[in-house]
Amino acid sequence: MVSRTEAPLIRVRNLVNRFGSQVVHENLDLDLFQREILGVVGGSGSGKSVLLRSIVGLVQPSDGTIEVFGEDLRQLPAGERSRVERRFGVLFQSGALFTSLNLQENVALPLIEHGKLKRNDAEQLARMKLSLVGLPSNAALKYPSELSGGMIKRAALARSLALDPQILFLDEPTAGLDPIGAAAFDKLISTLRDSLGLSVFLVTHDLDTLYATCDRVAVLSGRRVLVADCLAVVEDFDDPWIRDYFHGPRGRAAGQAHSPEND
Amino acid sequence: MTMIQPGQFEYETGQLSISGDWTVEHYTELKRGVEVQLARGRPDVGEITLNELAALDTAGAALLAELIGAERLEQVADWQPGLPQERLALLKTVAQAVAKARYPDVKQVSPAIAFLAETGQRVIGLWHQQRLLLGFIGQTLASLGAVLLKPGRWRLTPLVAHIHQTGFNAVLIVALLTFLVGAVVAFLGATVLRDFGATIYTVDLVAFSFLREFGVLLAAILLAGRTASAFTAHIGAMKANEEIDALRAIGLDPIELLVLPRVLATMITLPMLSFIGMLSGIFGGALVCVLLLDIPGAQFISILEQNIAVQHFLVGLAKAPFFAFIIAVIGCLEGFKVSGSAQSVGEHTTSAVVQSIFMVIVLDAVAAIFFQEMGW
Repeated sequence: MVSRTEAPLIRVRNLVNRFGSQVVHENLDLDLFQREILGVVGGSGSGKSVLLRSIVGLVQPSDGTIEVFGEDLRQLPAGERSRVERRFGVLFQSGALFTSLNLQENVALPLIEHGKLKRNDAEQLARMKLSLVGLPSNAALKYPSELSGGMIKRAALARSLALDPQILFLDEPTAGLDPIGAAAFDKLISTLRDSLGLSVFLVTHDLDTLYATCDRVAVLSGRRVLVADCLAVVEDFDDPWIRDYFHGPRGRAAGQAHSPEND
Repeated sequence: MTMIQPGQFEYETGQLSISGDWTVEHYTELKRGVEVQLARGRPDVGEITLNELAALDTAGAALLAELIGAERLEQVADWQPGLPQERLALLKTVAQAVAKARYPDVKQVSPAIAFLAETGQRVIGLWHQQRLLLGFIGQTLASLGAVLLKPGRWRLTPLVAHIHQTGFNAVLIVALLTFLVGAVVAFLGATVLRDFGATIYTVDLVAFSFLREFGVLLAAILLAGRTASAFTAHIGAMKANEEIDALRAIGLDPIELLVLPRVLATMITLPMLSFIGMLSGIFGGALVCVLLLDIPGAQFISILEQNIAVQHFLVGLAKAPFFAFIIAVIGCLEGFKVSGSAQSVGEHTTSAVVQSIFMVIVLDAVAAIFFQEMGW
């Protein structure tokens, strides 16, 4: 384990999530530090999305503490909690853009509701955010149904960035994108982290994304975090699932493609 | 901890100094200041100092770009090399984004032309809609013809399921509604006919109106509200989820699979519901006659027997399958017209109910004229 002295932004301790008789997480610990991109991987059904949803408050954990910015969200009154949650940006797996609003209205919505901006100002800022994530200016008046998958992901990212969050949660951002689009999205995430000073919690299946963007990788297996460290350490961790994941044919290919000699 | 202080800028000849928090919390005030300044002309400055700048986010950076120009801000590293690396990166990224973000071109048209264009588009839309409906009716009839000859392709399970949903589950509401309307018609008749001393004809009024018109019409309107909307929402959600495309890709005909069982089920159930509606409406009228108009039950029944020919019942019932067909076809067609979004499902569901009720009433009016001319 890399020892870090700074306080983590998110501190998950002894998290338990139970749905009926099915236990998804048991005594799960995880940290997210400032300005890092943390990749969370694990097999299907290992509870990656549930972990993300418990941190952002969409799932009420059965037990354990989740501290964000040093405060336990479950102990906070609703108003305080909403204030903290405004510092989160969440990108859902399928984008979850509001289909009845066009892109600039989608991005302007949190600015108008929380930022108390006037509609015109909010929409002007929204167009800037859309251009920030690399969408052309004529996309601003389009509706989600008129867009490709990659553009929807970018627009959803712009909406999650609307209120300048400190922590960005991404649920499988590259799923369903073609390799070129996925690589461009990986690059966008790194660029935004560098320029906006974001901390990123990234749930993914995509090995290329892991190698291209992540500073640390947490592996979820057997209801807890098996290991959370930089890639080199995680790759060599002695566990059958990790071996299959990183040293299977796809893992090897992705590792070679992103090894320093090839960069 | 530094004091939170709203962002501001001071402009003196040749020098612009920027200080305070340039964040989204202060956006409205800052924006006003920037607009006032820009109205006087963009500050023409040799020197800009950003050292006093406290907090900064993308909204504040966008305002800075507006104030001093995106091109200039993009070069921030050249004229303010002393700023922290992160801040330089933020300013540069936002400046690039602002430079690229233009208001998308929207053509301005005069309201009169827009009104004409809108009207034209609506008329064309209406025309397309009717063509589409006729085409869809044709398709449905064609695949009905193809399937009828091959009993192996009859889909009895979905048919029975739809009969259960559209018919059996609607019995109570149809009975209750027609019962109430029957009572209301009896009251209405009694009020008008009493002045002529012809209260007894209330029986004829209730029986005629429910056998010929109200039984089938009320049942059809309920079916349109209850079932056409359900068809549209169900098929529309399938369309949005690409299930219809999946059926086609597997080589199955969505019309045969989804539309035919629904159309046939409603054509079977609406006559039955109409029959229940007629009985229940007449019963409601009879109850009012017996309890409030002093017409004994036996007399009510004997008037029914003597005065009301069976043809009135047949005339009413004959309309039911046609109403059912048009309701089910419109419900299914609107479902197929759904495109992707949740809003679209809502719009087409509304449209299905409105159209099917409209068509039922139009058909009923045409039928009334037809039966009148035929002397039935």
